[in-house]
Amino acid sequence: MTRTAKIGIVGAFSVAFSTIVSIAQQDRGTSSSNSVYVELAKAPKKAAARSNPLATDPDAQAAGAKLFAQHCAECHGETAEGGKKGPSLRASEVQQATPGALFWLLTNGVVRRGMPVWSKLPDAQRWQLVSYIKSLGTGS
Amino acid sequence: MKRTHCRLVHLCLLSFAVILLAPLAPAQESPYFVTYDHYLEEPSNLEVEYFSTFGTQRGAGNFIADWTELEYGATAWWTTELYLDGQSTFNDSTIFTGFRWENRVRLLKSEHIINPVLYFEYEQISEADKIMKEVEGHDVASDHATPNALARQGLNHELEFKLLLSSTHNGWNFAFNPLAVKNLTGGDPWEFGYAIGASRPLALKASAQHCNLCRENFIAGVEMYGGLGDRYSFGLPDTSHYLAPVIAWNLPSNWTVRLSPGFGLNDNSHRFLLRWGLSREFSGFGERMARLLGGH
Repeated sequence: MTRTAKIGIVGAFSVAFSTIVSIAQQDRGTSSSNSVYVELAKAPKKAAARSNPLATDPDAQAAGAKLFAQHCAECHGETAEGGKKGPSLRASEVQQATPGALFWLLTNGVVRRGMPVWSKLPDAQRWQLVSYIKSLGTGS
Repeated sequence: MKRTHCRLVHLCLLSFAVILLAPLAPAQESPYFVTYDHYLEEPSNLEVEYFSTFGTQRGAGNFIADWTELEYGATAWWTTELYLDGQSTFNDSTIFTGFRWENRVRLLKSEHIINPVLYFEYEQISEADKIMKEVEGHDVASDHATPNALARQGLNHELEFKLLLSSTHNGWNFAFNPLAVKNLTGGDPWEFGYAIGASRPLALKASAQHCNLCRENFIAGVEMYGGLGDRYSFGLPDTSHYLAPVIAWNLPSNWTVRLSPGFGLNDNSHRFLLRWGLSREFSGFGERMARLLGGH
């Protein structure tokens, strides 16, 4: 490989790396916005009206707490009061949302604002997360 | 040039330090080795992965092909990934075979019955590469019988495009990936291939206790992949195909272990492939790097 080609490849990777970091930072600039709450109101009526099939499951909250620590605490904070990347889940907008709306948001994410889709977790695990989030209440 | 090298070394050392300091993130990884579903890396997270493929070879030594992946979630809709490939052929030699730069972009902002993701990759790999991350065109097992010293002289610059179609329903994931590859080095025509997979966690509900062997930590499935000829001879003749059961074990300690025995489905295929992989996810890598590089 010629010297020019090597310089070209190193240069291309440097530019690519800078671009990736830059775009990621811009994208994340909007992700911390509380406008993510607005997305909850966009849940279709049918989805929002769904009830939690695990609402009476005695283990659902504990299992949800485990899943929260594994997958959500990184962005929303260990106590769900919000972090640098994700808003508080103890906010009234979240606590007053229906279980169906929370399930819908977990399933679909808010991709353009940095929240990934979580449909890779099976339905039952997302309902367990909903059970845990609803159990938090608005206090700390 | 010397200054560029110094900067590159500094960047590598800095990245390594950030990886060491970054908190670990529990992963929920798919079990596939070749097929892709539509789930991307979480934003700002870095996943470091090591994979190995043992393959039986007719007419030459069996081989072990290894690759390392650095997978970074640039945004919730864009994942970028660097691969470093190598292989070791029994009774021959061990060589580095090239690198790949892969990007996956989610096309729709919410979940649908079928979720499309656009995949594009640049590869600079020698003809001695045997990782078989995809099978395309008229790739056949005898291609890998060439001695390393000869095969490594052929260097390919390739562009690869895939449309990742994936659907998750009742815990099952179904994925289909048609692919097209263009070798920029020679006058080779566009080549085509496919991968298809299905998988499901062994349990859909999570248990309340932390445990290594809980059934929900295991995802099992099967994948099938192969070539579909090229622009001038599209179809199944002179192509190779594989069927492979797959399993992933997502440990609470943030490691993921994958295993897959693969079986060639025709005489053009390797008889047997044994793949395994180990990966670990680090959260907040991008933010830490940006802070160290002077961002906010």
